[in-house]
Amino acid sequence: MIEISKLTKRFGDHEVLRGVDLTVARGRVMGIVGPNGAGKTTVIKTLLGLCQPTSGDIRLDGRSILGTESSYRAHIGYMPQIARFPENLTASELFEMVRDLRGTKGVLDASLLRGFALESQLDKPLRVLSGGTRQKVNACLALLFQPSLLVLDEPTAGLDPLSSAILKDRILSLRAEGVTVMVASHIMSELEELCDDVAFLLDGVTRFAGPIDQLTSITRQANLERAIAALMIREVA
Amino acid sequence: MSVVTKIVRAQTRDAMRSRWLIGYTAFFFLLTEGVIRFSGDGPKAVLTLASATLIVVPLVTLVLSTIHVYNAREFTELLLAQPIRRSSLFKGLYLGLALPLVSGLVAGIGLPVLLHGGGDPANRGAMITLVATGAALTFIFTAISFSIALFAEDRLRGLGIALGIWLLVGLLYDGLVLVAVALFSDYPIERPLLALTFANPVDLARVLLLLKLDIAALMGYTGAVFQRVFSGPLGPTFAAGMLGLWIAVPLAVGARQFRRKDF
Repeated sequence: MIEISKLTKRFGDHEVLRGVDLTVARGRVMGIVGPNGAGKTTVIKTLLGLCQPTSGDIRLDGRSILGTESSYRAHIGYMPQIARFPENLTASELFEMVRDLRGTKGVLDASLLRGFALESQLDKPLRVLSGGTRQKVNACLALLFQPSLLVLDEPTAGLDPLSSAILKDRILSLRAEGVTVMVASHIMSELEELCDDVAFLLDGVTRFAGPIDQLTSITRQANLERAIAALMIREVA
Repeated sequence: MSVVTKIVRAQTRDAMRSRWLIGYTAFFFLLTEGVIRFSGDGPKAVLTLASATLIVVPLVTLVLSTIHVYNAREFTELLLAQPIRRSSLFKGLYLGLALPLVSGLVAGIGLPVLLHGGGDPANRGAMITLVATGAALTFIFTAISFSIALFAEDRLRGLGIALGIWLLVGLLYDGLVLVAVALFSDYPIERPLLALTFANPVDLARVLLLLKLDIAALMGYTGAVFQRVFSGPLGPTFAAGMLGLWIAVPLAVGARQFRRKDF
């Protein structure tokens, strides 16, 4: 359960977040949408502790993560938007490094690795892998340590349709196992496929947060893409 | 094994396979090998190597480290999202960069010397001081690079600052000091000059080598003053202590920036 309340973030004169409120219930998939610069990535980075908010609070299962130690991140799997890794390491060395750092003793979740048929690429230096393959490594790394919260920033960017489908299937099966997911994306059809809820950010403020069907019925639109477009037109007008 | 060690181990593994580090090591290997072949392993060899070290180590360290920190930005963010403390991550990233550079330098200079039978025993102390000073400069300029890259979001600007710092401490500084000397030659300026030497790690390193080598050829003006004041056993100790301070302060600044930064 994630509860974000009245979150603001100011970089110098620039207010990126001006009051973001959203709640993601356990085992649900929340999509974050909004135009470029709306604050999607900043919300994610604040949740991960990469960024300290100017004000507001973030609670995970009732406990504030702000000013606390790093241990809460042991339950989070993060897939960043851009996948860049140490060039001369291989994927298996990368996995080993992160596993080492997390101190994970248990079994790793290699199902996505098999799904992508990535085994043959594991011992090549990451520098020689294609952008799409690196993105697959990125996804595998996020899912490897059996997180209870999965944070994905544009997860299918750079993936071919087949790989994208494999990843989405895996996310949905994790949701069925009770994993909470937060996913930022520009691809509305993808969010419609994955998400229970959606939060629409504009200029650093939550303009809507709730179930997708609620959004489509409020805006009287047929699908998410048109509903978001309708919201944006309404906001501009 | 601590988190810091784990990060250092992985970073070192990455660095050891990088072409840059191999090139850097090869440069010092060939230079040392060449110098020993042409002029033997006497004080003259140490002097030549020292002049090269004082120019090349700060330059290569600043450029490689700054570029590396920018290139590792996304991966650093990924590591920050892991359940580890920021302070440990910073130490790990810093040592993971500085230690391979130091080992490149040590191997590049040390191997040829060992291959030629360990060098002239009378000269060994100076050789060890040279390598140690080079290592200290590497630690100093790696810390400064982290600070630059954390300060400037734009990588071109960061690289510009790094090169500017190198030009200043490596080339322009002694000239500026000479100008100051010429301008204020009517006043007792020895003590301010001494302070100016402390303000530049490359000058400090040069003085340390001079005191150990007892040769005047490498001396800039600040070196001459320093030698007069600090000839005796206290001089090298003091200079080494100041170099240590030059590692500690930028490192503390960098760690503070890293702890507070919004990535």
